[in-house]
Amino acid sequence: MANEADQIVNTEEAAVENEINAEAETMETAAEAIAENVETVTEAAESTEGNAIDEAYEVENYAKEAYEHKSTLDDKQIKALSKKRISKGELKRQWILLLIGFIFVLYGLLFYYLPLGGWIMAFQNYKLKTGLLHSKFVGFDKFKFMFEFDVFEWGMETTGNFFKAMKIWIDKVVFVRTIRNTIGMGILNLVTTFIMAIVFAILLNEVRNKLGKRLVQTISYLPHFLSWIIVCGIVHDSLSSTGIVNDILRLFHIVDDSYNFFAHPAWFWPIVAFANVWKETGWNAIIYLAAITAIDPSLYEAAEIDGAGRWGKIRYITLPSIAPTIVILLVMNIGNLLNCGFEVQYLLGNGLVQDVSQTIDIYVLNWGVGQMDYSLGTAAGIFKSLVAILLIVIFNTVAKKMGQESLF
Amino acid sequence: MKIKKDDFALNYTNSHGGEKMSDEELKTIKRMARKNSRKMDGWGWAFVICNTIFLIGFTIITLYPVWNTVAYSFNDGLDALRGGIYFWPRKFSTESYVKVLNIQGFLVGAKITVLRTVLGTLTSLIANALLAFVISRKRFLFRSSLSLFWVITMYVNGGLIPVMLLFRYLHLTGTFWVYIVPGMISAFNVMVLRTYMEDLPDELEESAQLDGAGYITIFIKIISPLCKPVYATIALFVAVWQWNSWFDAMLYNRMKTEYTTLQYELMKLLNSVTQTSGSANGNNTTTAAKQVTPVSVRSAATVVTMVPIICIYPFLQRYFVTGLTIGGVKG
Repeated sequence: MANEADQIVNTEEAAVENEINAEAETMETAAEAIAENVETVTEAAESTEGNAIDEAYEVENYAKEAYEHKSTLDDKQIKALSKKRISKGELKRQWILLLIGFIFVLYGLLFYYLPLGGWIMAFQNYKLKTGLLHSKFVGFDKFKFMFEFDVFEWGMETTGNFFKAMKIWIDKVVFVRTIRNTIGMGILNLVTTFIMAIVFAILLNEVRNKLGKRLVQTISYLPHFLSWIIVCGIVHDSLSSTGIVNDILRLFHIVDDSYNFFAHPAWFWPIVAFANVWKETGWNAIIYLAAITAIDPSLYEAAEIDGAGRWGKIRYITLPSIAPTIVILLVMNIGNLLNCGFEVQYLLGNGLVQDVSQTIDIYVLNWGVGQMDYSLGTAAGIFKSLVAILLIVIFNTVAKKMGQESLF
Repeated sequence: MKIKKDDFALNYTNSHGGEKMSDEELKTIKRMARKNSRKMDGWGWAFVICNTIFLIGFTIITLYPVWNTVAYSFNDGLDALRGGIYFWPRKFSTESYVKVLNIQGFLVGAKITVLRTVLGTLTSLIANALLAFVISRKRFLFRSSLSLFWVITMYVNGGLIPVMLLFRYLHLTGTFWVYIVPGMISAFNVMVLRTYMEDLPDELEESAQLDGAGYITIFIKIISPLCKPVYATIALFVAVWQWNSWFDAMLYNRMKTEYTTLQYELMKLLNSVTQTSGSANGNNTTTAAKQVTPVSVRSAATVVTMVPIICIYPFLQRYFVTGLTIGGVKG
């Protein structure tokens, strides 16, 4: 009996073994066949370009299959195959995409990349008459003229203190002052608009009344759609001697005579920041509100069970959940930090506050367009571009280091 | 005796013979728990009140200046100079509007602004959508390089002066086309559109291709109808930008009064005041009085310029909310 049983087991084992072997063999032959097929199909694809689409798909599938079965095809061959697929049939099929793409590249080269060639002007003494090709090269003279480094050196020599020398430099040299104004107002605007948008979004999210919430939000977008001309006009009127702000100040006897906000340099930056906050808070809050609504409600429920109140939920759930959004928006807006220094300052500035109101863009406008010194205007523009790129790169790496999402 | 939440749940299950709770029952319990947690203590009420006050204040600060401008615009010109008008006009008059509409530049500016908004939005939308369509095709050969080509333009640009000189060489300066052609493509808008198109299922394109459709057909008949919401968003962005532009008019068409825009005309009106108030400090009041445009006329001009956009934007809310979310987070 035992022997018989052994035999049965043995034969069974043998059968299984045989089966496995056979399977492996068929697999191998199948793989080979596939590999052969691939070759023939490739040839076919090469010979007939017209209906190459389906075949190209097939080739791709075969190549994948063959690859999975570890057939004779290695990586290189597969890559070559897929390249061939793109080069022949696809080219013909994609001609319209290529054409459109090409037209847009030409457009982009003309309007976005060609002006970069104009940067040469910054190193020339550019004259309209002589043009870009025949104007005299002057090296970094224009930059030296802008920065007046000798003033800084003179400050270092006389005071021996870096900060004092910086102060002298800023006080005496217009361009350095415009850099300070641009960066200073840029940071102030960025910080205030960011904080206000986040606070507004969080507080609005706490409102339970749906109608009220919608109404407030709709109204909050309104200023975004007004032009800076209108906004600056409104700000100007509100702060004028007959404006609402002076009326209120007089009502509470804070001032006896109306206060002229635009005659005092100390008020200029806060006014610009307020104008920005007024215009963009509701608009900027849109993204945060969207991010807040995307938070899983069960997180809040869990927090509630753990005994978190309103503040606790905001602090430990809402803020951390929208942190990635905040960071990525911050990185995106850092590049625009220097760009937000034109319209408001141009429209609200006047002679009395020009020391704190002039920005790089206004400097470019004054010198490049007003004085027709194209080289100087370009040089200032280049400086601005370089600083902007530098800021983006720095903040992007910082964001990456902190483990947050980043742009690139 | 104090009943804890757990006890309550236990009792609840027991009353049904110890069986597991159904979804319905679970829901009721959750609802009750939530109701319980919403029961506010003193601090909760304080928060709600402060929050409401804050938001009402915010709304008033947002709305009041605009409303005040409207009130001024309907007030009699001489009377308005005294100030002190807050919510309603003191001496009602539509005379300021008549005056505004009789300013020659204003009518021309209105015409040009409408024209550039319509034409600019159309061309820009078509161009951006086409480019986004090309970049979003997954089998397109130069997909990533073309994408990079446009992303770079978002961060690097030639600056004011080289661009201005380029327009001069291209003879765009002093024409209407300077408003339309150079700003046709915005890399940011293209990226928003691209992201939206990439999220559409690939099968749509593939099945259309099997039916023999070319890329143009796919773009017009399949992708575009699905992209209506994001198209609306981009159209809104471009239209608002076109409507509100004034700098290009000042820079490129300062001498060409036939191509002036509404915002630029408004700026000239408002600026005449800003400048004179600056010189008024130098006791130069006689010239100031001559140049000042009455506040009611300025207000009327402002209202005319902002009314079209204010009337339109509330109806497009859902579109720009989606568009911003796509562009802001993924862009």
